[in-house]
Amino acid sequence: MFLKDYISDVVNGVSSLLKGMRKTGYYFTHSKEIITEQYPDNRATLKLADRFKGEVVMPHDENNEHTCTGCTACELACPNGTIKIITKFDITPEGKKKKAIDAFIYRLEMCTLCNLCITACPSDAIKMLPNFEHSVFDRSKLTKILNKPGSKIKEGIE
Amino acid sequence: MLSLENITKTTQDWLLTKFSPTMALTIECVIVILLSITLFALLGLVLVLLERKVAARIQIRLGPNRVGPGGIFQTAADTLKLIMKEGLTPDKADKFLFNLAPFVVMMVAMLLLAPIAFAKNFQIWDINIGVLYISSISSLSVIGILMAGWASNNKYSLLGAMRSGAQIVSYELSAGFAVLTIVVLTGSLQISDIIASQENGWWLFKGHIPVIIAFVLYIIAVTAETNRAPFDLAEAESELTAGFHTEYSGMKFALFFLAEYINIFIVCAIGATLFLGGWMPLHIGHWESFNHIMDYIPSSLWFMGKTFFLIFVIMWFRWTFPRLRVDHLLNLEWKYLLPISLFNLLLVTVIAIMGWHF
Repeated sequence: MFLKDYISDVVNGVSSLLKGMRKTGYYFTHSKEIITEQYPDNRATLKLADRFKGEVVMPHDENNEHTCTGCTACELACPNGTIKIITKFDITPEGKKKKAIDAFIYRLEMCTLCNLCITACPSDAIKMLPNFEHSVFDRSKLTKILNKPGSKIKEGIE
Repeated sequence: MLSLENITKTTQDWLLTKFSPTMALTIECVIVILLSITLFALLGLVLVLLERKVAARIQIRLGPNRVGPGGIFQTAADTLKLIMKEGLTPDKADKFLFNLAPFVVMMVAMLLLAPIAFAKNFQIWDINIGVLYISSISSLSVIGILMAGWASNNKYSLLGAMRSGAQIVSYELSAGFAVLTIVVLTGSLQISDIIASQENGWWLFKGHIPVIIAFVLYIIAVTAETNRAPFDLAEAESELTAGFHTEYSGMKFALFFLAEYINIFIVCAIGATLFLGGWMPLHIGHWESFNHIMDYIPSSLWFMGKTFFLIFVIMWFRWTFPRLRVDHLLNLEWKYLLPISLFNLLLVTVIAIMGWHF
């Protein structure tokens, strides 16, 4: 019947519009829903997502020891040559030669933060930091040596 | 108590003692012009900021909050920027019409200000055909829009202007019928009579369901008439860049922008006058003490409160509903709003004749 369809059309239309207005009205009256981050003001309390990837770092423990064996798996995994590892040979107390890293060169300006180096690493020597404030005045500052000076490999890592 | 009524009366008395009646009238006209221009500028600043804040809150954002405390000077800064900008006129545009159009749109908005009662006995021009005047003048704004679209020599502008023409002409009808329901109930076209008839309750409450339907129809129709979302087909930024004001820049663009917000204010003021009693405080039947307390709130505050409530509702529409397609827009008017408002007018007429309203 025509008139019945017509009226139900109007009623359905109005009710669905009211449903939408109820939702937006809820957002308007509830300021706790606001998701805007006022970034430079809230640096101290900034909360980033768990999976946020910003920069590759090499964690060192309190004895200035890292777990990088210098296997160059990360260098091979890197799709665009961001990582360059220079190895050297340490002499162990037993008189044997052991491979170690001299410099772990990481070029942040070339890095796509794809996480392939982290997954490739067999000894969990590198990880991603949720750090995004990378601007510097000189591009050369973005080329970083990740192993700290005087650091050495942790005992028992092969 | 210091009221706007007293201020106007003292000013007039003082002018009449100092000058001849003709001179006094001229000076009064100048004062009115200055006041309305000030009101326009203030309204533009306030409403644009309000719109941005409402939009932000509805979209779970914060909105402008950098210029001044809470961003209250944002629109002033924007206006300053627009004044500094070059008002470009395209090479092959019809220069005369192109430069005239923003002023036509603005002038229509200014003319509509005349019969609005801002407070008790505070009205520029209380003519006995106030409602007719409003409905006839408000349909003139389409000329300014068509002028802008035609003179721009731009296909987007022309399309936007043509859409706007079709839209305003159609929705004028249901807005007119919604206004007529109140005229039928009041039996007068004069704004002051309409307000006076709501002394024992606003028409929205006194007139049963038909007046509520008329109110909803009025709000829908004027949203379309002021070219605002969900009926902003005239500018439809995703289809027509900016519609009829694509080619405008600087202060000429600002005039269109300002006229849009002034028009919203005016249609909301008229809606508040017709359905919510204008400056009349909330009176409920014979509750003398309650009515007396309500009278203590100044009438200008009542008027502004109601108007800004309606403006908020229209902003709420804008940030909730998606834009209609152009054929849906005309379907909505000719197949739904117009038949409903005709039937509704009939119902209201029956109510008025039988005296069923309160």
